[in-house]
Amino acid sequence: MSDSQGAGSVLGEPDRAGIQKQIVLPWSRALQMTRENIFVRLGRSAITASGIFLGIAFLSAVLFGAAAANVKARLDLTQLGLEHEQSELQARIVWLAAMSLLVATVGIVNSMLMSVTERYKEIGTMKCLGALDSFIVRLFILEAGVLGILGSVAGAFVGAGIMMLAYIGRIGRGGVLESWTAPALQLGGTDIRLWLAILLATVVGGMLSIAAALYPAWQAAKMPPAAALRSEF
Amino acid sequence: MSVYEYIVRTKDLSRVYTMGDTQVRALDNVALDIRRGEYVSIMGPSGSGKSTLFNMIGGLDKPTKGTVFIDEVDMAQLTASELAFLRCRKIGYIFQTFNLIPVMTALENVTLPMVFAGLTTDTAMDKGLGLLKTVGLGDRYDHKPTELSGGQQQRVAVARALANDPAIVLADEPTGNLDLRTGKEIITLLKQMNEEKKVTIISATHDLKMIDVSDRVVWIRDGKIERIEERKDIDIQVGQMEGEEQ
Ligand SMILES: Nc1ncnc2c1ncn2[C@@H]1O[C@H](COP(=O)(O)OP(=O)(O)O)[C@@H](O)[C@H]1O
Ligand SMILES: [Mg+2]
Repeated sequence: MSDSQGAGSVLGEPDRAGIQKQIVLPWSRALQMTRENIFVRLGRSAITASGIFLGIAFLSAVLFGAAAANVKARLDLTQLGLEHEQSELQARIVWLAAMSLLVATVGIVNSMLMSVTERYKEIGTMKCLGALDSFIVRLFILEAGVLGILGSVAGAFVGAGIMMLAYIGRIGRGGVLESWTAPALQLGGTDIRLWLAILLATVVGGMLSIAAALYPAWQAAKMPPAAALRSEF
Repeated sequence: MSVYEYIVRTKDLSRVYTMGDTQVRALDNVALDIRRGEYVSIMGPSGSGKSTLFNMIGGLDKPTKGTVFIDEVDMAQLTASELAFLRCRKIGYIFQTFNLIPVMTALENVTLPMVFAGLTTDTAMDKGLGLLKTVGLGDRYDHKPTELSGGQQQRVAVARALANDPAIVLADEPTGNLDLRTGKEIITLLKQMNEEKKVTIISATHDLKMIDVSDRVVWIRDGKIERIEERKDIDIQVGQMEGEEQ
């Protein structure tokens, strides 16, 4: 063990399987680095998170609208004979939801690409210090996950909050509260209640954010350090 | 029969960059043996292939042809994790542009390679503070790179390069972005580390101040070694230069 340090042989002992050759990045340090990255580059972080924020805010507003419409229909006792109208509304909601997710995805892919490319040099430096490719990917996933969850949660609150204010005049305080347990979306024939739909939207937001970071981070991580260090950012 | 133990050897080392139809032969069959513990300067004009050689020896890029041996181990035979281990534990890197991680403090920059090497946080902190003291920045451990001057940033980089007691410190134009006096300080610091810690220093440079402290100077031009000067020859030359000046 002792000759693995200092001016000894390059790979320590001649056999190549020794545990002292392990390179590690503990989770505590990875999380600390993520926090530093997010706070020091607050502007960039805000832009990244706001893409997801807007998408999820819109999505949860749409979902709330659907649930509130169901409540209103029940309050008005007009749901009889409206099956056909309901299914048309349902189709429109799914379409709107898909669009809002698409917009969010485009935004977040773009900002993840930028946040990776502007850090090429840093990535190259970390690899010189011994970072494995997987450390680089892990750091970006952590950062994207945290920003994605924060953006999604905030978006869900704001989107649903605005709709609650908008609907309070039409269906009253009780109706607004009831909306949270009303069906907001149909997935594979089952009704998804609003609270669950919004929770799912939040999770999807976090996943989208991570998915968007994965490819550029992996691309950057597998670059030879010399190439990463050369980039001008 | 050689009296020297070679820590780095290159054999037929070539690197060709291809950009579209044009090919640049940045290194052309370079054979260079570097002795354990020596201070070598790689001198040459801009574009002569110094950084390319730095990248090859440091395992930061792959040669088009030829081999780099570190301690007689062919670097091309290493797995990705062995290569990472080598970069982490055996080689320290210093760059012209300092390349500190901007969001981290001086101490965090210095301890990062130790964290990768598996040291506990406490051990790493103690060692990091010690290294920062050694380079004269004991009171600046909590400063971010943007709060430090160029010379101070390069000192942090020197401390970081020494973090895991490497056998080799590789520097690429370490004084390139520094003024005369600060540059001299960095050169002195590197020489001091070379003497105290017995670490082999390989520095690409076109800073003639570096000649004074070098055991050998390797002159390269157009990707080829032009000549290699030994300490004793350098002394004569420096003497002559000083004589001429007066
Ligand atoms: N990544 C690269 N792609 C294309 N050409 C390169 C690349 N890196 C270096 N070169 C070319 O190779 C030659 C040697 O470059 P370099 O090793 O950087 O020289 P030095 O460090 O001595 O200034 C130069 O002609 C340079 O333009
Ligand atoms: Mg260069």
